[in-house]
Amino acid sequence: MMQHLPVLQVIVPLLAAPLALLLRPSRLAWLFALIASGAGLFISLSLLAQVLEQGTLIYALGGWAAPIGIEYRIDRLNAFVLLLVSLIGFVVLLAADTSIRREIDEDKQPYFYSLYLLCMAGLLGIVATGDAFNVFVFLEISALSTYTLIAMGRDRRALWASYQYLIMGTIGATFILIGIGLLYMMTGTLNMHDLALRLPAVQNSATVLTATAFFVVGVCLKLALFPMHLWLPNAYAYAPSIVTALLAATATKVAIYVLIRFVFTIFGLDFAFDSLPVHEMLLVLGVVGILVASVLAIAQSNVKRLFAYSSVAQIGYMVLGIGLANTTGLTASLLHLFNHALMKGALFLALAGVFYRLSTVELKSFQGLGRQMPLTLAAIVIGGLSLVGVPLTVGFVSKWYLVLAILERGWWPLAFLVMLGSLLALVYLWRIVEMAYFSPAPADGGNPPVKEAPLMILLPTWLLVIANVYFGLDTDLTVSLASLASIELFTPVVP
Amino acid sequence: MSALLHYNYWIVIVLMMIGFYIVITHSNLIKKLLGLSIFQTSVFILYISMGKVIGGSAPILSDKVQIYSNPLPHVLILTAIVVGIATTALGLALVVRLREAYGSIEEEDIQAQERDEGQAP
Repeated sequence: MMQHLPVLQVIVPLLAAPLALLLRPSRLAWLFALIASGAGLFISLSLLAQVLEQGTLIYALGGWAAPIGIEYRIDRLNAFVLLLVSLIGFVVLLAADTSIRREIDEDKQPYFYSLYLLCMAGLLGIVATGDAFNVFVFLEISALSTYTLIAMGRDRRALWASYQYLIMGTIGATFILIGIGLLYMMTGTLNMHDLALRLPAVQNSATVLTATAFFVVGVCLKLALFPMHLWLPNAYAYAPSIVTALLAATATKVAIYVLIRFVFTIFGLDFAFDSLPVHEMLLVLGVVGILVASVLAIAQSNVKRLFAYSSVAQIGYMVLGIGLANTTGLTASLLHLFNHALMKGALFLALAGVFYRLSTVELKSFQGLGRQMPLTLAAIVIGGLSLVGVPLTVGFVSKWYLVLAILERGWWPLAFLVMLGSLLALVYLWRIVEMAYFSPAPADGGNPPVKEAPLMILLPTWLLVIANVYFGLDTDLTVSLASLASIELFTPVVP
Repeated sequence: MSALLHYNYWIVIVLMMIGFYIVITHSNLIKKLLGLSIFQTSVFILYISMGKVIGGSAPILSDKVQIYSNPLPHVLILTAIVVGIATTALGLALVVRLREAYGSIEEEDIQAQERDEGQAP
């Protein structure tokens, strides 16, 4: 049983998805989905324990060894991202039953849980697999279920957002497909490990350069790197609250993982960064993304859109860390990948609570909310402070490592720009705080009076808020995992 | 003349550009999806082209044949074709819902309605 864990990680949600479709009433479907994702979380934890103990796990699907068969390869980076995805998937699902009852019609709810599990299966599959073409297939499984989940929002703009995301997402995925095809053409293999070994021999050909360009641009579309982020704000703003929490915390993170995996393991650092200006592109777009998206976030009147733009800015930090191309920078990226998932998970779940009571997340309606929903708003404030990077929160830890990595390179003006990004984050957080705590509640006083969010939304929100503070104080686990993974990525691949 | 030897790749590039152009310029949502479909189809042809071995026959086992074309790209692209169909179907379903919600399948109409809604308090 234990040796089958790498494949079970993907198979469990994949098989649970069609089963959830059959369950009525919807609460039963929710319970079933919760059990399935709980099992997924347990599998990720045991995988991480195994990887730390024995090193890289290799699982040959159906017993066919690597060059012919497909293999799942779990090293420290995979185990780290798998844990992140299944942890967030489980915690967000805790709140789903209460929140979805308000936002999706009763008869559509089992479909919601089925698609949720399918999306999880896709995301976990991208991370677990060691086969380049499998990455594309799982990417499309998760993307197709995501489009549908977004379109389930009550607002008709959700449909329009979903359509736009479908167009941009498919172009991105097709670029990735072209990249993988060209790589196969030059090397005759799709296995990531084999690709890494065979690429150096042909890496100066125009075909491999083209493949790299297509692949990197495709992934950047998927991870919403500025200025390819246009699909993201609407998709996050109009999707059901639970979907936003899941996507913001996992989907873009998995795309970042794909970028790291291909740039570091497959193309190899020297090739990707010396033959092509990938490294400059990531640096420049990362910094510009941080600044422009933060300014755009300040201008938003809908709080979900505000945090969606903030996500684009935070993706800038992760990409910047990759672009620095040193171990500290990559450690900072991986740390921020994990930490940002905790922050945005907490923030969007808290907004799910606000939406549950008010049926809107317009900034105007936050007036006086600090007294009416103290726990929910406290969660937003702590999550927001973590975004800013205040000490004692996880945001501080990842920004600290990022600045260290920048100073290691000696580019101190860049460090100022990163700090400026944090100040901008403080500005948009302050707009919410001001509205919630320093404006009086509207005179007509909401009838009936606004109450605290229900327990089943508060509980997972605060779980993530506490994780934000805990991992900000006790950095042993996350920092050591991230730095071990990044050292592994900088080690050349051996046959 | 060497450029003409690889005419299949030229077809791929031309189809790809046609598809991409339709996606970018057309305002009709269904036309956009068909452009996307053409764009994806060009990649199918790219994969099938690269599986061809000169002088090789179709990869079906036979006593008379010594050289076969590479079957793997065909298998891979079969998966991608399924993905493409699923995407187009989902996109068309979304267009049906969009028409119910907005009463139009023109991008400009929908965006105009969004703007009006945004200005109204």
